Parts: sequence; C-alpha cells; structure tokens
Amino acid sequence: MAYVAVKGGEKAITNAHRWLAEDRRGDTAVPEVEVAQIREQLSLAIDRVMSEGSCYDRDLAALAVKQARGDLPEAIFLTRAYRTTLARFGASLPVETGQMAVRRRVSAAFKDIPGGQVLGPTFDYTHRLLDFTLAANGETPIEGALEAEEAQAYPMATIASVFSHEDLLEADTRTPDAPEPFDLTRDPMAFPAGRDQRLQALARGDEGFLLSLAYSSQRGWGNTHPLCAEIRLGEVAVEFVPDELGFPIEIGEVTLTECQMISTGAGGTDKAPQFTRGYGLTFGHCERKAMSMAIVDRALRDASAGEASAPVQDEEFVLYHSDNVEASGFVQHLKLPHYVDFQADLQLIRRLRREHAERVAAMKEAAE
Amino acid sequence: MTARPNQPERYYNYAYLDEQTKRMIRRSILKALAIPGYQVPFGSREMPVPYGWGTGGIQLTAAIIGPDDVYKCIDQGADDTTNAVSIRRFFAQVADVAVTEDTGKATIIQTRHRIPEQPLKAGQVLVFQVPQPEPLRGLEARETETRAMHAYEEYGLQYVSLYESVATYGRIASTVGYPTMVDERYLMSPSPIPKFDNPKMGDNEAILLFGAGREKRIYAVPPHTSVRSLDFEDYPFETQTWEEDCALCGAEESYLDEVVLDDAGTRMFVCSDSHFCADRRAAGHIGPMADHELAALETEPA
Amino acid sequence: MSASAPTVLDLAEIAPAFNDPTRESQAVFRKVMDAVARPGTIQDLAFAPEAPDGLDRAAGAVALTLFDFETPTWLDPALRGGNAESWMRFHCGCPLTDDPVKAAFALITDVMGAPALAAFNQGDAKYPDRSTTLVFQLPGLEGGPRVTLTGPGIKGEALLALAGLPEGFWDQVRANQAKFQFGVDLIFVAGDRLTALPRSTRATIQGN
Repeated sequence: MAYVAVKGGEKAITNAHRWLAEDRRGDTAVPEVEVAQIREQLSLAIDRVMSEGSCYDRDLAALAVKQARGDLPEAIFLTRAYRTTLARFGASLPVETGQMAVRRRVSAAFKDIPGGQVLGPTFDYTHRLLDFTLAANGETPIEGALEAEEAQAYPMATIASVFSHEDLLEADTRTPDAPEPFDLTRDPMAFPAGRDQRLQALARGDEGFLLSLAYSSQRGWGNTHPLCAEIRLGEVAVEFVPDELGFPIEIGEVTLTECQMISTGAGGTDKAPQFTRGYGLTFGHCERKAMSMAIVDRALRDASAGEASAPVQDEEFVLYHSDNVEASGFVQHLKLPHYVDFQADLQLIRRLRREHAERVAAMKEAAE
Repeated sequence: MTARPNQPERYYNYAYLDEQTKRMIRRSILKALAIPGYQVPFGSREMPVPYGWGTGGIQLTAAIIGPDDVYKCIDQGADDTTNAVSIRRFFAQVADVAVTEDTGKATIIQTRHRIPEQPLKAGQVLVFQVPQPEPLRGLEARETETRAMHAYEEYGLQYVSLYESVATYGRIASTVGYPTMVDERYLMSPSPIPKFDNPKMGDNEAILLFGAGREKRIYAVPPHTSVRSLDFEDYPFETQTWEEDCALCGAEESYLDEVVLDDAGTRMFVCSDSHFCADRRAAGHIGPMADHELAALETEPA
Repeated sequence: MSASAPTVLDLAEIAPAFNDPTRESQAVFRKVMDAVARPGTIQDLAFAPEAPDGLDRAAGAVALTLFDFETPTWLDPALRGGNAESWMRFHCGCPLTDDPVKAAFALITDVMGAPALAAFNQGDAKYPDRSTTLVFQLPGLEGGPRVTLTGPGIKGEALLALAGLPEGFWDQVRANQAKFQFGVDLIFVAGDRLTALPRSTRATIQGN
C-alpha cells in the first residue's frame, strides 16, 4: 500500500478537540453528569485531585475530573495548570491537626487510647462484593449512621501526647525563627533536601508511586519497621493574619488525613533509644496516600543519615520521580515527532552496518 | 492581530505568565547569558501544555515576547508540525503577536530539535525546547554528581564515553545531542538537535536561549560565542551528510527527512526545514520529485 | 505589599512608575537582555518613565523590571531613606539588605564610595548564578578611559569608555573575570542609556 505523509495542522487539531469532546460526553441519551454530582459522589477522586494538584477547591477538582473524563492524573494536571496562575495573597498559619474535628481516628499501637478508636467512614471492613443495588436505577435507600451516645472528646488527644510522659517518641522541634518553608511551586528541587521540601514533594507526589515505594520498603528494600501510631481524618480551621489586622482570622476549613508512622531506630549509646516518626498529610480523605507518604518520609530520613541502600531511601531517586505531572509529560512526549533524531540514528546504523559488512568481507578475503 | 476578548486565554495575563514569574525567568536569562552554557535552576511553572511539549521554551518565549515581536515556531524544522502549530496559535492568542513562517522575518524563533538552515542575524532570539538539559545525565544519573562535575570542570567521564564509542564503532557514534563545550568552560547539551546543526551554534549572530521546563533549567549562548563539538585529533567532529539531495527543491546541503513512500522500500528525502525548502522552490529550484504532493501542502495560517 | 514594609510609606509622596507595567517592563527587559548578550553595546531606554530624585531613568527602569520581593537589594547609602528608597519599596517590593553578600542586586549611585566588587556575593561553585548583579549609575557611558572588551557576545573586540569610575576599577573587573565561573555581573546606566559587562567579558584598558 502507499503511505500518505501526515502533516499536522490547525484543522487536524481542531477536529481532534471536537472528537475528544464527543467522547467525553459519551452517549447523549444518558444524562450529562453534573459537577456537583462528581463533587458529592466521587469524593475520593476529588480528594486525590486536590492533594496531588496542591489546590483545595472541591468544585474546581470536580470540574477537572469531569473535563479529564475521570483520568485523575489528567485532572491533577488541569488543577496544577490553573493553580499556577493564581495570585498569592500570603501564607496561612500552620494548621493545628491536634485541634481537628475528628471523624475517624485509629491507632494500631494501642488497644485503646485517650479519645478512643473512632472507625469513621472507612472501606476497611467492607466485604468487597459488588453492590448491585447501586446499579439499580434511582436512589439507593440509605440508612443513616447512628449518632454516638457519648460526645466525642475534643480536642482529640494526639499520639504524641500519649507518648510524651515517657519521652519515648522523638519530638518534632519547633524553630520559631525558622525561614519560610521551601516551596517547590516557586523554587526547583535542590539537594540535599530539607524535610520541608521532602514533605511537600511527597504530598504532591503520585499516590501509586509512593504506594509502591512504601510497599518495597515493607518487603525489605529499606525497611523501617513502621507501625501505624495514628491516622486521623477530619476538619481543621485555616487561619490567616491579614497585614491590616495583625491578628489571625479564620478563612475556612479543610478536610485533612494525617498519618503518624512510628519506627524504632533513633538513639543508641549516646542517646536513649526512642521511637522515630514518619509523617503523612493529605487534603481530603486519602488514607492510602497518607500512609505511604509517612513510610517514605521515614525511609528517606535514612538517606540523610547516609545509609541509603534501597530505592525508597534514595532522596534524589524518590523526589525527582514522584511527580506524576512531570512523569506523565515526559513519558508521553515520546509520541511527539522525533523524526529528525530518528533520521540521524537511521543514518548512523546504516553506516555502521555498511562498515561492518565491509570489514567482514575484507576478513573473508584475507582468509581465502 | 486583533484582540480576541472571547478567547478563554484572555482570562490570563499577557503572554499567560504572571509578571512575577516573568521577572524570575528574566533574571535567570540574564545569569544564563552571563555564564554561557551553565544551567541556571529556575522556578519553572506548570504550563497549560504537558511537560515534554515545550514548557521550557514556552516559558522563555512568554518572558521575552512583546507585541512588536514576530514569532515563528518550528518542530523538527517544520512550521506545520502539530505541536508547532499548537504553540504558535497559543502565542498568537495570548500575546497578540504577529506570526510568520519566514525565518528572516521572525524576531523570536522557538524550536524543537532543529536550527533553521538560513543563517540567523543580530536582533533574533532562538528559543530551544529542551527535554534533558544535562549533557552528562546519560553517564551519571545523579544531579548532585553532575552539578559537581560542572562546578569543578571534571569532564573526563564525557571523553571516556566518546573514546569507548570510537573503540566499539570505529567512530564517535553520537548523532543528536552531541556534547559541546561553550567558551571552553561549560559542557552543554544542544537540546537535542542533530549534530548537523552543532556548528551553527558557535559564533551565531543571534541569542540562543535554552529552556527545560520539567527539569527547571535555563541556559544560554550569547552571540559570537565559541561552541565546540567535542572530538579527538584523530577522530575529528563531523556532521551528517546525505548522498541524496532534497527531492522537492534539490538542496544539497540541508538536513533531510526520510519519507517512506510504500511498503517496497521506496523513499524520498526532503528538507526538514519546511520554510527553507519552500523558499528555494519559490526561487525556482527544482528537485527530482518536485511535483510530489508533499510540495503542494498548503501552509496554514496560525 | 506596602503594608508589610518595615516603616510606613507615605503613599502621597510616591511618584508613579510604569504606565503599563506588562508592556514597559518587557521592553526594558529586551534592552537589558541585549546589553548582557552583547557586552559593550549601548542601549537606549528613552521610553523609560521619570525616576525619583537621585535615580536616573534607566536605573529606575532596571529596578522596576528586575527587582521584587524575591531579590534582596543593596541600596547605596546615598539613596537610603530618601524618595528613591520609598519609590523602590513601593513599586518593586524588594527587601533591602545592608549586607552586600546577601544582595541579589546592588544599586550604586555613589560610585566612588561603593564597596569593592569582591565584597558582593560571588556565587557558589555549583550555583554561580547566585552572585550579585550590580547596577552602577554613572555620569556618562562615554568619554572615560577607553577599554577594549573581548569574550562571549562580542564579535572580535568592542570598545567602551565609561565615565566616572574610580581608579583601579578595571583591575577589579579583570580580577572578577579571572575567577570565572565566580564573579558579579555589571550593568551601567547613565540618563536613559544602559550597557552591561557580564563576568565573562575580558576588559583591558587601552595603553596598558
């Protein structure tokens, strides 16, 4: 058959965009999904897009999920590309997860802890059986969750406070005059990375990548013997100090998932042995991500101590490859034309083959 | 170009980037020009096209472009490749800028993988889209290591690699992204253009700016700067040559694309620089397959 | 931006800057880029707005185009506390520093009393871009001792004859160039004109 040289053009691009829009809509006999429906009913997709997109806006994330046809890395990319154009008014005060209005809080370290175990909305003990009643046309009847008989403790004690009496857990130090935290959205990655830079990179990092790294660590590739001291999910207030007021005002609240992993490790002859921590924090309810992040955070601490031996402990490897917007772009850019490069390679290979054939022929001749 | 108030891009600042981001990139450009060939880390932003689609080049263009500029964008040497069309359209919309395919008329030329055949002149800026700015990356994966190599001018590894190539293949088997030394100080990746274009970088009249968005690096070659392709005395640097001439315009010394015509091994070779080829044909140059339908392709307005 | 400044700015006293910051800063930048890319060429910034007392228009234009909250700026003591300082704090929002080593930019009008080039940030072996860029405001860009320039950006040789520089300045420039990749980068302004000497430029006084 004959080939027709395909050269791109405005028409091709415009048509591709139209076709894409048609495919996104699907069968027009089926009602179009509304952004509000995505926001309310695909809420965990929204949470992931907000977390890795570094932008807390449920409606925007829902729009991104709709526009991306449910492709979450694509939705994350849309969110990031929008976020980067937003004006910055300043930085909020650090949120106090100790003051969280907790909806879920579990600890694997103790059978019971102050405030109790609060199971909350979790898949953990569901039987993974497809629920065909959800497929039925129309609303599935919902039995509302029961109100607790006793009021829940507030604030819910943190795991750090549980350990604090015995100095068993390495404390996070606060440096009041510390410089502003590193901001990857303004400055390129630099090494060695401080923990601020590391945590920001992990918080923006791809859930699947961090999950696999955490898993590899558990299987012995840089094991930190993690134990899930606490996971908490809930709402915290965001406070901001406007220059013209000089005191903090609450500007809203965000849902967060926080994970504290503890490991044995620090201390020895000079210092009394202590448990150390790995930390995970995400927007919304992203438990798998928060746990993976905490394990990887703790594993990378060994890298800073010069003990790197496994991928998960290699700061440059982990931080340079965790961003799915970067990774997806570079992998997929291979479908852009490379025919100038390929022509150069073709030419070289043909030439090397010719030279090879000449050498073989010459050797043959010499042998005869 | 008239303003298009209803285009969605008009919700954004002129040339898309906010002014603070432009200032940050502009400062990086000045340092890049002051230290030719050195990779300046910069706070690369997420752009509305994916990493790998030219985000570095787009950020450079957005930081320097003004309404008086005339903008040309090529990919693989051609103005009509899909991504070049897409980027050109972006700047026509967000920067109210005139666009052209004419290399001589452009003030800013953004490119991926080629340098135009027509020599550039003073007043022009050539903006390269760079996927991997680090020339040593293929030899050393760690940025911490390669940055130290540049700092202390330890380029032995690069020469060893070229030597191994000679030992294996009897020649320096590097075809694109062939390593260069800028002003005899910094080893520089040429973005990757084919080594055919390497000699055009040295002593150029134009300003050469290189942008790597994903890797967050900017580097530059000022006009009239030495850019030497690495080689050995007994294995001197050489560029690609073709036995064929351009089938459309008959050019003997331009970089050629190979176009597959059928399943039986029939090929034609045509200039990769679409404007150079069209210009020659307009001037009456005729190649052996000048009537081929490829010659008839209309160039489209952006 | 003004609210976070260390002392209260009297907004009524602050002169205007660019009419159209987007367009004008782009035009200024292209001139500065050309100056750095082609050392020794004189760029015309006739379109730059008036600058406050003590600052030439080209100096003000460079500040408005390149300085902001990310660039700690060393301001000549001659400019401190005056209209020029308020104007820059308001329009650029740049933090001021007294420590030349911390400065991304230095703006020098009292050329004779200025610290040595070596007193400013010389950059890091791995990050030579972190060095200070100095902006010198001179009485003129012509009429001084003739200096021959060679290096990147220059076809063959270029000539420059900056006026009003102190004795020994060109020795400092030579020492600055000699330790490339380290070194500061220099921009010179006078009135509405501008030229630049990046650290890569080799300068020789004629007759030496």
